[in-house]
Amino acid sequence: MTLIGLIVVPFIGGLAAWLAGGGKRSPRWISLAALGVECALVGTLWVRYLTVPHATQWFVDVKLPWIPEVGVGFHLAMDGLSLLMVSLTMILGIAAVISSWNEIQDRVGFFHFILMSALAGVTGVFLALDLVLFYFFWEVMLVPMYLLIGIWGTGRKVYAAIKFFIFTQAGGLLMLMAILGLYFVHGWSTGTYTFDYVELMGTRLGAPVTMLLMLGFFAAFAVKLPMFPLHVWAPDTYVAAPTAGSVILAGVLSKTAGYGLLRFVLPLFPDAVALFAPIAMFLAVVGIIYGAVLAFAQTDVKRLVAYSSVSHLGFVLLGIFALNGYSLPGSVVEMLAHGFSIAALFILVGLLQERIGTRETDRMGGLWASAPKMGAMALIFVLATLGLPGLGNFVGEFLVLAGAFRTNVWLTLFAAGGLILAVIYALWLMLRTFFGENRGQLKPADLSAREMALLGVMAAVLLWLGLFPQPVINATQPAVDFITGRIHGNQEPAGERKAILHSSDQLTGLFVPADLLRANPSPVTERSWDSRNGISHEEGGPTSAPRFPALQSGVYR
Amino acid sequence: MYDLLWLIPALPFAGFVLLATIGSRFPRSLTAAVGVGSVGAAAILAVLTAGRFVVSPPPDDFFRQTLWTWISLNGFTPEIALYLDPISLVMVLNVSIVGFLIHLYSAEFMADDESYCRFFAYMNLFLGSMLTLVLADNLLLLYLGWEGVGLCSYLLIGFWYKEPVRAKAAVKAFLVTRVGDAAMAFGLFLILANLGTLQIQELTERAVLLWPVGSKLAVAAAGLLLIGALGKSAQIPLHTWLPDAMAGPTPVSALIHAATMVTAGVYLIARMHVLFTLAPMVQYAVAVIGCATLLVAGFSALAQSDIKRVLAYSTISQIGYMFLALGVGAWSAALFHMVTHACFKALLFLACGVIILGLHHEQNMFKMGGLRRQIPFTFYTFLIGAASLAALPLVTAGFYSKDEILWASWSSTLGGPWLWLGGLIGALLTSLYTFRMVFLTFYGKAKSRIDRFPGTAMMIPLAVLALLSLGIGLIQTPGVLGNVAFFSGFLSASLPAMTEGNVSARFENILLVISGVVSVSGIYLAYLFFLKKPGLAQALTNNPLGAVLHRCSFAACGFDRAYHWLFVKSFVRIATWNRHDFTDLVYRGVAGFAQVCSIILGASQTGRVRHYAVGIVIGAVVTIAIMVLS
Amino acid sequence: MASVPVEHGLLLAGILFSIGLMGLLVRRNILMMLLCVEIMLNAAGLAFVTAGAALRKPDGQIMMIFILTMAAAEVAVGLALVIQFFHSFKTLDVDAADKMRG
Repeated sequence: MTLIGLIVVPFIGGLAAWLAGGGKRSPRWISLAALGVECALVGTLWVRYLTVPHATQWFVDVKLPWIPEVGVGFHLAMDGLSLLMVSLTMILGIAAVISSWNEIQDRVGFFHFILMSALAGVTGVFLALDLVLFYFFWEVMLVPMYLLIGIWGTGRKVYAAIKFFIFTQAGGLLMLMAILGLYFVHGWSTGTYTFDYVELMGTRLGAPVTMLLMLGFFAAFAVKLPMFPLHVWAPDTYVAAPTAGSVILAGVLSKTAGYGLLRFVLPLFPDAVALFAPIAMFLAVVGIIYGAVLAFAQTDVKRLVAYSSVSHLGFVLLGIFALNGYSLPGSVVEMLAHGFSIAALFILVGLLQERIGTRETDRMGGLWASAPKMGAMALIFVLATLGLPGLGNFVGEFLVLAGAFRTNVWLTLFAAGGLILAVIYALWLMLRTFFGENRGQLKPADLSAREMALLGVMAAVLLWLGLFPQPVINATQPAVDFITGRIHGNQEPAGERKAILHSSDQLTGLFVPADLLRANPSPVTERSWDSRNGISHEEGGPTSAPRFPALQSGVYR
Repeated sequence: MYDLLWLIPALPFAGFVLLATIGSRFPRSLTAAVGVGSVGAAAILAVLTAGRFVVSPPPDDFFRQTLWTWISLNGFTPEIALYLDPISLVMVLNVSIVGFLIHLYSAEFMADDESYCRFFAYMNLFLGSMLTLVLADNLLLLYLGWEGVGLCSYLLIGFWYKEPVRAKAAVKAFLVTRVGDAAMAFGLFLILANLGTLQIQELTERAVLLWPVGSKLAVAAAGLLLIGALGKSAQIPLHTWLPDAMAGPTPVSALIHAATMVTAGVYLIARMHVLFTLAPMVQYAVAVIGCATLLVAGFSALAQSDIKRVLAYSTISQIGYMFLALGVGAWSAALFHMVTHACFKALLFLACGVIILGLHHEQNMFKMGGLRRQIPFTFYTFLIGAASLAALPLVTAGFYSKDEILWASWSSTLGGPWLWLGGLIGALLTSLYTFRMVFLTFYGKAKSRIDRFPGTAMMIPLAVLALLSLGIGLIQTPGVLGNVAFFSGFLSASLPAMTEGNVSARFENILLVISGVVSVSGIYLAYLFFLKKPGLAQALTNNPLGAVLHRCSFAACGFDRAYHWLFVKSFVRIATWNRHDFTDLVYRGVAGFAQVCSIILGASQTGRVRHYAVGIVIGAVVTIAIMVLS
Repeated sequence: MASVPVEHGLLLAGILFSIGLMGLLVRRNILMMLLCVEIMLNAAGLAFVTAGAALRKPDGQIMMIFILTMAAAEVAVGLALVIQFFHSFKTLDVDAADKMRG
């Protein structure tokens, strides 16, 4: 019941805020109260997750009949991964409400209804385990966002809203086709027609069909993420959206894509994914570099932040398609950290615009003098963006790249180049806004206590993710184990699996000419530690196993 | 005692947190007390720990303290753990004592600055990160400290952020070092993927087992770590950021850009010396790069007019000596030079800070002159520092450390006469530019007046550092001069001794005399050119070859300009050219195509009933015709 | 009684229909266009009647009555539209109403 509550509470809260409409204050408080209730629900789920032992991956599972005639069920379930994502949604939802406190003065009640329905849709996406239900929530979050941008946006808001709608809807329809395709293919081969995730997992399909179905799902998620070259809607939309819209779009909605890839694409189509992974990784790396270069060239702060988001989501995609036990948890950490850092940056841009009425860097500079707290906060989040160790993004990026290294060395090299480019645009942003000469003679007021508290909490979360990421990594573990099990599971011959997973062979090929390797009397010595570990065990060599107990249980998954 | 190890980095961090959160409400005295006190306490703890370490070393000569597990994933478990062995102890002492003295100095130096609290917050954060770096038990935690000190360097170079030049220099410093850092991170991935751990002791043990000497993986790993060290320690080709980094307040230049942070690369290589021994090619590259850097930077220092830039190039050059020592396997000699260099270079910067403060941020040496009568105390301390930098024989610490390096560069099995010759020419350049600086600044006709004189808080660090610059050399002396080997003996637990080639002890004495003579003659040349016969220097720069050399030296061999053309300009051009995202054009093309179609088809919609009627008729006729004819 | 050949009747119907059609296409006066439509309807009716007579069946005449009824209804609606048209455009020129132009 808690899971249904998670979806219904924000929706009812939003409805109440709309109906209460009269004043400008009451809708805000009603929304906050609803999110408070949501907080309590998520809190109970965390308690349950941490205390009650659960046999399966899913520690809460709700399954009700919906349209049994065609195999559609109302199936919600939660594991560590979705719990993390729902928590992110909730915190950023609160941030969105608070950040729109002064900004939204028009149709306040309706605004909160729209915002809260989007949150309800996102929560549903994170919980649904029935494909029709999933698609339903996918659309539920789309329409409110369209209205949010179209009504309360700034600049070319209608253009942006339509662009956003067309892109995501095109992707969504491809996913719908893939869902139906999967439904029928599964039905023909097994005789049971169902949309249920768990049951669909059981079958393996023919190669060309799975590739098509996988691409259908992938299209929807790649657009939403957004992945290069499908990213073009994102900057336009982020820029035109109100602050709350940008926060939800970049902070939460892009995570539905990462979640969708992890939850549906990887486990449902393991073979097709393994084939497709190099292409996806390549596009991810192109996105990392392309987004970073474009971010540097922007003069509009919000656009700069938007392109930086494209660059960072490249890391998420890279980690997901590197398909190993390092990169997948890394992607999840990166998703969470990116959610907080990008949301905080959009909030800061919104606050800055509210105070000085412009987003053009040419008119800023030297703002630290009059707004040191704001500058310090901006600095923290900018540093998070450039991947400073100690903040959450670093853990994510490190694990992603360390994992990707095992899969593809050269792509990782270019992705690591993204770390340098991130410094360029991030510090350029600071240089043009808070440091340097005050070109526009602007003197924005410093942060208020409410804004300071909001950003302070987000900074604290990033610091926590950076220094104590273990709980998060643990929470992703069952889902990650499940995915890696599906992909590298018993279907493939061992040799092939090794080829995918271990870069050491690849590395040997890179640095050692093949003939030299053959001439080498003991090529084993050039191999990775665990292959050697087995050997040294037999030999009873000087460093036999007890020194490194962790290695006994198979270091690499 | 050892259990309090975690407090050494934690105290400065605590100071930072305190100053960053509620520091803005503190009075200046309290800010200074927190800022200086936290570092002082860390320094006292470090000294006590060192005492304990010397008297009763822990078993196996190391002590490990785990605070918490950072990440635990598939057997990869980097911990937030501290590792104390002789190398890290030397570093901790170096960092905390010099750091404390410079903090004390800054309490007075920065007294008039409006952002007093911010300054101490950054400085404390720096020391915390630096101590984390040197005490880190695994490469990931080391990387955290590594990036942390880079961040503080960025923040402190751009401390006076309102001036665009300083703010840009800060970005440049961060960016150039980040190039090295990215390579280092890549090296970490490689090590992690092939050795399965980043814990330093474990990984070196495994590397020795798995990688034969000269194997490609060892070369790749060591090479990538080397690039990281090059960036941080400002060696060719990643050295261009350091001279610009002098835009920061002078105590920052003393602490970060001379005494501590820039030597992090030396520390990294010494710490990972096993890996470098496995890759002789890379180790030789270390020596060659060090030698090249010390020559290029020494040459660049000759023609500078800004006193801090001279010191900056001199720092690059001296770190070049350390790299030379590392490259020939004289690990302890490198660390020894690092310690003496930290003392005399910090001293030089701090004394220079007195002048800069007294002359209202005037840094041009040609506008100084004759200052020795106005600030005698500062003059004498500066002179001691300069003598030590120029390696004046017998009395200065710099002589002992530099001589050890020069000796090693010839006598090591990895070294040779060419490396030695490079080092020797560097020594000549060093004493030449050092005393050029001394004579231009303190001798000659007085051109300006000092109107602010140092107080006790600035004098004490100068005095202490001057004493150290003279005396600390006595912990390690060559064979003929007492043969003290306290320093290398202490480090022998974690650093192997250099393998010497077949060179006799008499030969060592000859080299010793040669290097002493070179140092003194450099000083004499400086005296000749810049004090006795200034016309001579003028004549040199007037002849065409001299003019070219002078220009080349002043432009620091043109690295900056080349990088500007090669990387900065092309990147900016590409980025601005594609500002509007050409992929968007594809989608706009699709939209445009739809629009064109709409216009074409829309033209048939005239809105006139009669046209529609014609359409209906034609349609009907065609339909009937088809039906009739088929 | 010598009857009119069926071809003549159909020919007349065809001529009438063509006249109506041409009128509809070339006239711009909406009233005249309505008249032309009437002519075309009656041409169709004539064709029905002729065919019915030739085949000796009553169907043609039934259709004629049907067409007459429909034409009356159509004229009622059509004239009402013409009046509305004149109201809004102050003219009977049908080309004045081209708001649906693409």
